[in-house]
Amino acid sequence: MIAGRVWKYGDHVNTDLIIPGRYLDDYDPRALASHAMEDVDPLFSRSVRKGDVIVAGRNFGCGSSREQAPLALKHAGVGAVVAVSFARIFYRNAINVGLPVIACPEANILLSTCDEIAIDLEKGTILRTVPHLLVEFNPLPEFLLEILADGGLVFHMRRRFSEWSSPR
Amino acid sequence: MTFAQKVLSHASGRQVSPGEIVNARIDVAMSHENSLLVIKAFGEMGAKVIWDPDKVVILFDHRVPANTVKTAEGHKAVREFARRHRLPNFLDMGEGICHQVIPEKGFALPGTLIVGTDSHTTTYGAFGAFATGIGATEMAAVWATGELWLRCPETIRVRMNGVFQKRVSPKDAILYVAGDLGADGADYACVEFTGDAVDRMSVAGRMVLANMSTELGAKAGIAFPDDKTAEWLSKRTTRKWNAVFSDPAAEVKDEFEYDMSSLGPQVARPHRVDDVVSVEEIEGKTIDQAFIGSCTNGRMEDLQAAGDILRGRKVADSVRLIIVPASREIYLQALDGGILADLVRSGAVVLNPNCGPCLGAHQGLLAAGERCISTTNRNFRGRMGSPDAEVYLASPATVAASALRGEIADPREV
Repeated sequence: MIAGRVWKYGDHVNTDLIIPGRYLDDYDPRALASHAMEDVDPLFSRSVRKGDVIVAGRNFGCGSSREQAPLALKHAGVGAVVAVSFARIFYRNAINVGLPVIACPEANILLSTCDEIAIDLEKGTILRTVPHLLVEFNPLPEFLLEILADGGLVFHMRRRFSEWSSPR
Repeated sequence: MTFAQKVLSHASGRQVSPGEIVNARIDVAMSHENSLLVIKAFGEMGAKVIWDPDKVVILFDHRVPANTVKTAEGHKAVREFARRHRLPNFLDMGEGICHQVIPEKGFALPGTLIVGTDSHTTTYGAFGAFATGIGATEMAAVWATGELWLRCPETIRVRMNGVFQKRVSPKDAILYVAGDLGADGADYACVEFTGDAVDRMSVAGRMVLANMSTELGAKAGIAFPDDKTAEWLSKRTTRKWNAVFSDPAAEVKDEFEYDMSSLGPQVARPHRVDDVVSVEEIEGKTIDQAFIGSCTNGRMEDLQAAGDILRGRKVADSVRLIIVPASREIYLQALDGGILADLVRSGAVVLNPNCGPCLGAHQGLLAAGERCISTTNRNFRGRMGSPDAEVYLASPATVAASALRGEIADPREV
């Protein structure tokens, strides 16, 4: 279960906005996290709390293939990104680094900044208690949920490799 | 079946339809500086052996020569990994921008499936390859297994007909299409560029279309191989290849048709690639920097277009003109042909082949309040330096004309 506050952003939030190219010579996730969303919202990285959820418009994560974009968000504490639609490489990268991504146009219409919400990835629900609101979305395919449950592709592959090499 | 279906069916060993997810065998796996992230993930996964070292290509192009100690240390770690794993296709930092070098070295073959840890990997679609950008962690899985899950995309056909006006180029065409379809107009799709204008286009021009298809959200952008493709490749590889085409009756999601004969120079305004206007609408806007280069427009015909406008003339005093040939091969050709000398005499600063200025990573960064017109592919806020700078995207001819005038200018009128 993911639980936190909503941070709303618009359409076409690109990966240069999520983590500018000028910081990419540093591969330390904590250093990246300290610049997350800097050019669109300088307050974000200082104020975001663990489990908070970004809710955005169309084509979230468009642009560069930099995996540092979802990595910076994850290490800043973001629990999930909910958007009307995603750019394809960001979508893949987010799952691969263990950051849940949810395509859900209704959420963008119905939720506001600072709403407290809880997300159930398997059931496909976003719940806001005050005032009450339940939004449903199509859960990810099972093999992607498995990657997320393992904490990302690295841990997923590690499990697979150890299963292959252990005696049956 | 569509081109995308055929390539992914072949790569996965079963017949696939759009929307299906397949496990596909990869023909070429390209990565650059972010190989460091790939190596890290590869180790953390517990992987030991690269599935097929011949199919892995690594080079440095984003920050070369190293701009910081951190970069130098990253380069060093990747270099050592390449040596330890005896990777035959490790090309270090001297060859140029990956999306130019991969085709030049004969890795971009028609009908193949190529992945790269860079969004502009779509460039190899100009040769009829299915080529797409992926992330670093999943590249580690490719290195370990040679396979990757991919969703078979729907197909969108973009037909370009008619003859380009003088000093109007494929860059103007793709900017116009971006403005028309929007930055997510081809989301997840395979875009097929067809029509007589594409048939007449040089290989370099088709590379511009395929390169920028990712700015429409496309998974791949294709121009189908012909005699020009074959001739280009024959100078670079002896490997056999099979061209793959969509069947005439294959189902496509959408079709768009554009008349090139009426198209003028186009400019994308900050901070969106799809905010595109004709040059007449914004000419006269003063500029501080002009940039010609990148995986989009750093090829010989781009330098020639700039040379035709700037030869024997001087760049405006108020403008810094930066020129970056996309590869060593192009650099040498431009040196031998004298174009670089002409451009340097006109006031240009020429850099070694690299990506740096395009993504604000290395050299040529912009200060707050500055305005740059550039042949690159993205004008996002903060892309080329300060978040308070402005980047306009245009063709090499438009950038050269603007450098000459000191303001955004119509290349047909200089």
